[in-house]
Order: sequence, then structure tokens, then C-alpha cells
Amino acid sequence: MSANELLKYFFISFALLLSLGLLTQKNATAAAVDPLVFTDAKKEARFKNLIGQLRCLVCQNQSIADSNAELAQDLRKEVYDMIIAGKSDQEVIDYLVARYGNFILYRPPLNAQTFLLWFLPGILVILALFFVIGIIKKRGRQAQKVTLDNKAEDRLNKLIGPKF
Amino acid sequence: MIPEIGHFALILALCMALMQAVLPLIGAARGNIQWMQLARPLAHGQTFFLIVSFATLTYAFIINDFSVKYVATNSNSALPLGYRISAVWGGHEGSLLLWALIMGFWSSAVAIFSRKLPQITIAQVLGVMGLISIGFLLFMLLTSNPFDRLIPAAPDGRDLNPLLQDIGLILHPPMLYMGYVGFSVAFSFATAALLSGHLDAAWARWSRPWTTIAWLFLTLGISLGSWWAYYELGWGGWWFWDPVENSSFMPWLVGTALIHSLAVTEKRGTFKSWTVLLALLAFSLSLLGTFLVRSGVLTSVHAFATDPERGIFILAFLAIVIGGSLTLYAWRGPQIRSFGKFQLVSRESLLLINNVLLVVACAAVLIGTLYPLVLDALGLGKISVGPPYFSRVFVPIMIPLLFLMGIGPLMRWKKDDPVKLMRHLRLVLLFSFIIAVIFTWVATAELSLGVLFSITLAIWIVSSALLNLWKRIQLKNNLVTGIKTTPLAFYGMTLAHIGIAVLVIGVTFASAYSIEKDVRMDIGQSRDIGGYTFRFDGIEDYTGPNFQAKQGKIIITKSGKPVTTLRPQKRTYIVQSNPMTEAAINPGLFRDLYVAMGEPLDAGAWSIRIYYKPYVRWIWIGTIFMALGGALAVGDRRYRLAVKKKQVSLKNDENMEAGVS
Repeated sequence: MSANELLKYFFISFALLLSLGLLTQKNATAAAVDPLVFTDAKKEARFKNLIGQLRCLVCQNQSIADSNAELAQDLRKEVYDMIIAGKSDQEVIDYLVARYGNFILYRPPLNAQTFLLWFLPGILVILALFFVIGIIKKRGRQAQKVTLDNKAEDRLNKLIGPKF
Repeated sequence: MIPEIGHFALILALCMALMQAVLPLIGAARGNIQWMQLARPLAHGQTFFLIVSFATLTYAFIINDFSVKYVATNSNSALPLGYRISAVWGGHEGSLLLWALIMGFWSSAVAIFSRKLPQITIAQVLGVMGLISIGFLLFMLLTSNPFDRLIPAAPDGRDLNPLLQDIGLILHPPMLYMGYVGFSVAFSFATAALLSGHLDAAWARWSRPWTTIAWLFLTLGISLGSWWAYYELGWGGWWFWDPVENSSFMPWLVGTALIHSLAVTEKRGTFKSWTVLLALLAFSLSLLGTFLVRSGVLTSVHAFATDPERGIFILAFLAIVIGGSLTLYAWRGPQIRSFGKFQLVSRESLLLINNVLLVVACAAVLIGTLYPLVLDALGLGKISVGPPYFSRVFVPIMIPLLFLMGIGPLMRWKKDDPVKLMRHLRLVLLFSFIIAVIFTWVATAELSLGVLFSITLAIWIVSSALLNLWKRIQLKNNLVTGIKTTPLAFYGMTLAHIGIAVLVIGVTFASAYSIEKDVRMDIGQSRDIGGYTFRFDGIEDYTGPNFQAKQGKIIITKSGKPVTTLRPQKRTYIVQSNPMTEAAINPGLFRDLYVAMGEPLDAGAWSIRIYYKPYVRWIWIGTIFMALGGALAVGDRRYRLAVKKKQVSLKNDENMEAGVS
């Protein structure tokens, strides 16, 4: 296997791993103590996922799932009511964003302001890969040069005898 | 009178730091031996005065001297003695004093354990450390003096934040600071190397054990913080991607890269320039973390703008240290020559990828942490960046890293045969997958693709680490000799890598299979989760030393057999009066049962939070493995020999290590 083939192989597996990572994530959420009763397990799961992604606006960096503040309790109740009423996740989010702004979302929406936030890490990964490839190629060339030098030295040794 | 002695000692420590920074550095520049020799005694002097200062503040806490403002703000006469002592670093001023004290300890440790270092190097290293001390001591004396008096004295104190009245938070800051400050040693060695222009591998060799010690403390510190958040905050979460957590995680990521890069620089003489940069970055990020936490910028950008004194100082200090060191690097860096040659398929390339991925992961965390601050400061609106963002961005970078972790240690330096390696690893990968299927099935009776994927990665790391160890031991014909001659550092690496795998298993199972229920419970009512039955037996009153509590009694059984009785509390602290949830946990190697009280409802019923958390303990066990691995690496023979001053020629050692591959 040549170095180039291996590099290709590496790239493909890297991309595969990356996409697998993107696909297989679960968001762990903790839930707050409200005896909100669900009859539908799917709705309950959606509820828990949603409240873990919404910020308690008056707390210092807590989701409404993790806060005892009154506002958080009210918001949980509101989300609960909307889900029971059959609203979709997106409808709940749209409603809350319209009322409280993007600040309430722990997953910021992609727009002109957050473009860099979402894409910079990816851009850095790509730059890093180019950096790595550059260095490895450079070092590899040096290594080849040295082996050539050794061969040349061997030939020299044969021609004029070993040096001391 | 006593607090004034502490204040005075702090000023003297600053004087010592000033001399420690100026005299040895000038001495080194001019070749003045006498001035260079001052470095060690001055470092000890600084440490001595810091100990005096710290001791007087502790004394003020012990005797409840509420005429000291800091004591009045952070303590109370009803606070138990142990917490009064830990309250010394419970607030802003005191934690800075602890920072400075630990900086003193590290400086003295460098002075003591570097006897074999050339005079000029030790002068430069301690000089740079002195410069850093100056920054922190000035900061304290100008903006955050813990010895400020309160006139008239308060009749009693405002008490320590109840959240901090806990063993986890007693130990968390010292551990964390040991890590933060410990990176200053590598930073100073790197800076000294840049100053002197001696950018050979020697500085890497000297900084390696120091960096590993700092890293292991930082690992433990972060882990303690996570453990504390788990049981004390009452939400059962162990990592929140909170900016404060991120501040300690960023130096950890770069520090981890640094440990690996130092190994390459020491053993192969390559990556030299990159290692210097990482050493500068690791400590710079520690300072950035301190800035983020201590300036109040995280609470609100506007709070920072209205009371900017502290923030501006740290920002300026940050700019001087980071800007200065990077300028020095830009100036001297190009002179660094690395000689090692390696090919695509070699351990060097894998370690390079490891380094780059860790740094990019750190950059991603940095972007997520700073982005909302920058946006807000520019008046472009307020956004929140939380766990959904970080898991989207961070996890995909970690996955290739974990995968390569299984290959890296098995690979030879310089050049390896890809075909042979691939044949070898295919089997290991298949084996890991089979074990992962069995393990996941036994542990959870479920098989989901995502879980299987990360468990396979974890088993892959463990099996290739053990395979690698086995191969190393088999280098010798005799098993016993093999086990004996394998360097401790090798065992350390194996253990630390297994620690990561254990952590991955814990994170995966705990995230995917935790069961969390918030339920209304009447007295005598039962709930079943995760195969356990929780019965609520009512509430009793409980009186603590400085709090009142409602204590619930929950009896847990499994198929009729008693498991345990948990007594979670809802506490009201007398002074600060905000209600606190004290969860009760039945820990286990394979699952935690976690109960926390919510609110009282009608007719004696309560809302109660019941969690079943499988494998959650593996998260912290993994970090303990990592720290132990670090400890083994530091305990390696070659470092002990260096301390014993036995002359081991560098050459012999390198030959020995060349056999490691």
C-alpha cells in the first residue's frame, strides 16, 4: 500500500467517523421536579429533550430543566401544555423564541451572526488536516532523502572503503 | 493586628517576587553568577511569606474575626470548623491567595528538585515564575485584598455559600489550582529556552515530569468538580458545558496534547517548535480561565463594564503574558530546528494528529465559550451556547481521536509497515466489536447503534493498550523479567488510556440509559424504575449545625428484597436562608440510585426526583485511572535516578527507550 493510498484511506475513514459521530448523538437531559403526568412516552421524551435545551432566562447558566426558579417552573408548565396540546417541537421553539428571543435557545440558530460559531470548528478541522498532511509530507521527503544519502554512502563506501 | 501581619507578609512576598523576577534574569543575561544564585533563596522566601499570609487568613477564619471583611462575607460563627478553614478559599480574594500560595509551592519545588539544572536555566525558569507571581500578587494587593478591614466589625458573618459547604468543593479548588499553576512550570521552562536560545530537547526532558504532575492534578480537579455537581446540585448531571467548567477543560485539552508532544520532543528530538507553543498555550489558557472566572465577565459582560477594575487588570496581565510569550516565540521560534524524520505510517504522525485534534477540540470549546460574550460585547444580541452545541461540535472531533488512541501506542517510531499493522489491527477491531456487543447486551439488555459504536471504541482502546503492554513484556524471554523491566511510565500510559476508555463507557451508558422520573409521591406510595421499587415513607425534621432540614425517607427494594434506605434533605440554611437540595445516593459500580426532594404538595405528599443512573461512577473511576497513570509515569525510574543524582548518561537512557517502540 502506498503512502497516497493510505492517506486516502485515512481521509475516508475520518469522514465516516465524523459523520457517524454527528448521527449518533443523544442529548442527555436532566429533568426538574414537577409531577407533570404524561400518558405518552414519546411526548415525555420530547418534553425532556426540549426543556434541556432551553435556558432559564433569570438563572446563571441553567436550563429550565435544571432550575428551581419560578420562571423555569412556569416555562416547563408552558412547554408541557403545548406538547400535550399536540404542538410540534418546532412550534414550541418558535413560540418561545418569539416571546423571549434567541437567548432562550441553548442550541443557537444558524444565521448571519452565528455563522462563525457553527462553521469555525469545522473549518479548523480541515485546516488542521492540511497542516498535518503538510508536515508529514515534508518529514517523509526528508526521510527519503536520508535513505538515498545512506545508499549513496554505501556506494561511496564500496568505492573508496569505509570511513572512520 | 494579626490580619495586618498577613497583609504585610503579602507585600513582602511581592517584594521577594520582584527580586526573584528581576535579579536572576539580569544575572543570566549578564553572566553574573551571584545574581543567578539568588533565584532559589528568593523563591523560598516568597513561599515563606505566602505561607505566613495564608496562615493568618486561616487564623482569622478560625477565631471568627469578623472585622476582616472577607471573613465576614464568607463565614459565620455557626459554621463548622472544617468549613471555616475551607472557606479561606471560598471567595474571590482567598482563592487568589491560594493561587499565589500554590505558585509559591511550585516555585520552591522547582528550586529544590532541579539541582542538576545548569545555574543559568534555573535562574531563568525561576525568574519567569517570579514574573507570573508579581502579576497575581499585585492583582491581589491592588484590587482584591483579603485582609481589608470592616469598620465597625460585623456582629456575625454572612456565611459561606451553602453549595460550598461540602467535601467536594473543599478539595476542588486546590486540585484545580495545582493543575493551572503547575502548567506555569512548563511555560517557564519553554520561555527560558526561548530566552537563552538553547532550544534542544533538554528543556522537554526537564519539564516532562512537572507537566505530568500538573496534568494529573488538573484531571483530578476537574473530576472532583464534576462529581460535586452530580451529587450537590441535585440534578444528577455531571457535565454542563458551563463556561466555568470549560475554563478548566481548555487547559486540560492542551495540557494533554503537551504531555504527548513533550514525549516526542524528548525521545525523538522532533516537534520541538510545536511543543514550545503548546507549553505557552497551556498556561495561557489557565490564565484565560482565571480571567473568565474571576473578572465577572461570565455573569454579565455589562457587570464587567460597570466595575472594570479587576477585569481590566487581569485582561492587561493576560495580554502581557500571552502577548509577550507569543512575541518571544515569533522572534526565537524560527531558530528551532527539528531533526527527526518520520513517515506517514509512524507513531510520530499519529501523535501529531492527536495533538492537532486536541488543539482543535480546545479551539471549539473556546469558540463556544467566548462567542456569546463577544457578540454581546459588540452589541449584536444575546445568544446562549449550551450542551447541544458542544456535543455537536466536540464529540465528532473526539471520535477519531479515540480511534487513533488504539493505534498510536502500537505503532513504531519513524516508520511502520502499514499492511502488517492493518492485518494485526483488523483482528483487534473485530474482537473489540464482539466484546462490545456482549458487554452492552449484558449491561443494558438493549443494542443501539450509537451505544455499540462508542462501547466498541472503548473496548478497542483497552484491548490495544493491553496488547501493547503484552508485547512490551514479551520483549524479554522471561515473563517476570519482562514485567520488571517494563518502565513504570509504560504502565502509566496503559493505565491512563484505559482510564479514558472507562470514562467513555461511563459517559455512554449514563447518557443513554439513565432513567429520570419526577413524580408526586404520597406517603406509603411506591414507584418502580430500573427494576427497583422506591417507597416514600414520609418526612421528618432534621437539625444540622447551621441548617434546618426536611428529611425524606425512601425505602428501596429490588424484587421484594431490601436494598437501602435513602434520606434526601431539603435544607434551609439559617443565615443565607435559600433552600438547598441535598440528594441521597446509593452508589454502586454498575448503577447509582439517586433521590432528591422537590416541593411539598398537598396532604403530606411531595414531588420527588428519582434517578436510576447506570455506570455513572465509571466516569470518575476513569479519571482516577488517568491520574494514577500520570502518577506512575512521574514515578518512573529515570526521574527517581535523576533525583538521586546518579549519573545516567542521556545517551544510555535514549537507547533504553528506543527499545520501547
